[in-house]
Amino acid sequence: MTELKQTPLYQVHLAAGAKMVDFGGWNMPVQYAGIIEEHKRVRESAGLFDVSHMGEFEVKGKDAKAFLQKILTNDLDKTEPGKTLYSPMCYEDGGTVDDLLIYCFSEEHYWLVVNASNIDKDWQWINSKMEGDVTLTDISDSIALLALQGPKAQSILALLTDLNLNELKSFRFIEGQVEGVDCVISRTGYTGEDGFEIYLPPTEVTKIWETLLEKGKPFGLAPIGLGARDTLRLEAKLPLYGHELGKDITPLEAGLGFFVKINTDKDFIGRAALAKQKEEGVPRKIVGLEMIDRGIPREGYKVAIGEEEIGYITSGTASPSLGKNIGLALISADKAQIGDEINVIIRNKPAKAMIIKTPFYKREEK
Amino acid sequence: MYPNNLKYSKDHEWVDLETNRIGITSFAQEALGDVVFVELPEVDVEIEAGDSLGVIESVKAVSDLFSPVSGRIIAVNEELLDRPELINEDPYGEGWIVEIEITGEADLLSADEYEKLVKEE
Repeated sequence: MTELKQTPLYQVHLAAGAKMVDFGGWNMPVQYAGIIEEHKRVRESAGLFDVSHMGEFEVKGKDAKAFLQKILTNDLDKTEPGKTLYSPMCYEDGGTVDDLLIYCFSEEHYWLVVNASNIDKDWQWINSKMEGDVTLTDISDSIALLALQGPKAQSILALLTDLNLNELKSFRFIEGQVEGVDCVISRTGYTGEDGFEIYLPPTEVTKIWETLLEKGKPFGLAPIGLGARDTLRLEAKLPLYGHELGKDITPLEAGLGFFVKINTDKDFIGRAALAKQKEEGVPRKIVGLEMIDRGIPREGYKVAIGEEEIGYITSGTASPSLGKNIGLALISADKAQIGDEINVIIRNKPAKAMIIKTPFYKREEK
Repeated sequence: MYPNNLKYSKDHEWVDLETNRIGITSFAQEALGDVVFVELPEVDVEIEAGDSLGVIESVKAVSDLFSPVSGRIIAVNEELLDRPELINEDPYGEGWIVEIEITGEADLLSADEYEKLVKEE
């Protein structure tokens, strides 16, 4: 077994009594106080996540934009300096390599933020497609990443920076100082709440982590583990690579058609396959379901109508915010619609569930 | 730190030979995290040590519960169906899981022996 990787905050997590788990080769905190308590804290006040395991690649050069347009399904013309873009990255057959965030500093300078468990694969894939005047650098080791999420996130971050956070809209970022440390701050997240992601040097992250927790404490801020991160993102129906997305699942099947720009003249890897799938209709689709019978849907459980198997659960949990057992399933597209009853096969027994509208949870707009 | 009046299994269950109740230890509930679902066995069924006694699910994981003893199931804690968190909050009291009329000898540990086992894990 290879040694698990650690973020710069590893010792801090241990000292805080976190329960640590192997997450994609990283030794990460899964919980501190308890997943349900942490989940509710993010929904009600604020939580701080160490997500330094995420990977960051820097893309520079005169052809940087054209190159990214080639490897990403979203439209790079929608970016401008200070904007963050979400995009799937696909294989020729339309299957998904990864889903990532693109930070545009200029038309010749971008960051790609990729899933921790996909860093090596993405690195190889992107390098294999390299063309033009482009340099690609893996800067993951020189960047730590904190996510400050929840309705109180802005009030807390404002105590540590003079930056005008009111002006920082969703999917925008700025470069500036937090407690005297140079950071990149974006209004993004993976919880369904308002919040920020803060990119900063690993040497400074312990100081910022501790200062945020100290100043945020009166607002209810506490550290949050990956366990609650997963239940939060699932309630908000944010896809997780390896679950709702994968080599064998296209972004169209995952319901991410908005981020696949077939309607533009942009050419990108996977375009032909995805255009064909769109025209013919997707064979499978991700749907949300809520259990009617007792039981929690879990990844890999089969989904059936009567005796006929129609798909499987990709993610499922007991929802802390809703008090219901919910899940996402990848099913044959023509077999069931919203409002239909289906069965989830739990320990060889069918348990009734209903297909419902997603997201399961949506925050109230201010 | 583990109650002396109880006996323990290597699978982190406790057995109260006075009341016939069985549950999971504080160590086990701590390791599982927030318990959110419990599936209980049927009452009046004869079981052997090692047979399934149901399922305990935390937010992240599904765990099978295996009987530490042989006997007949005489009661299940139905309160857990609505309040599975009792297993976290009061593992030796309101969080009990089943009552079993024990037959034969059971291979169980004392509190001291169990504590030693936990420390070795």
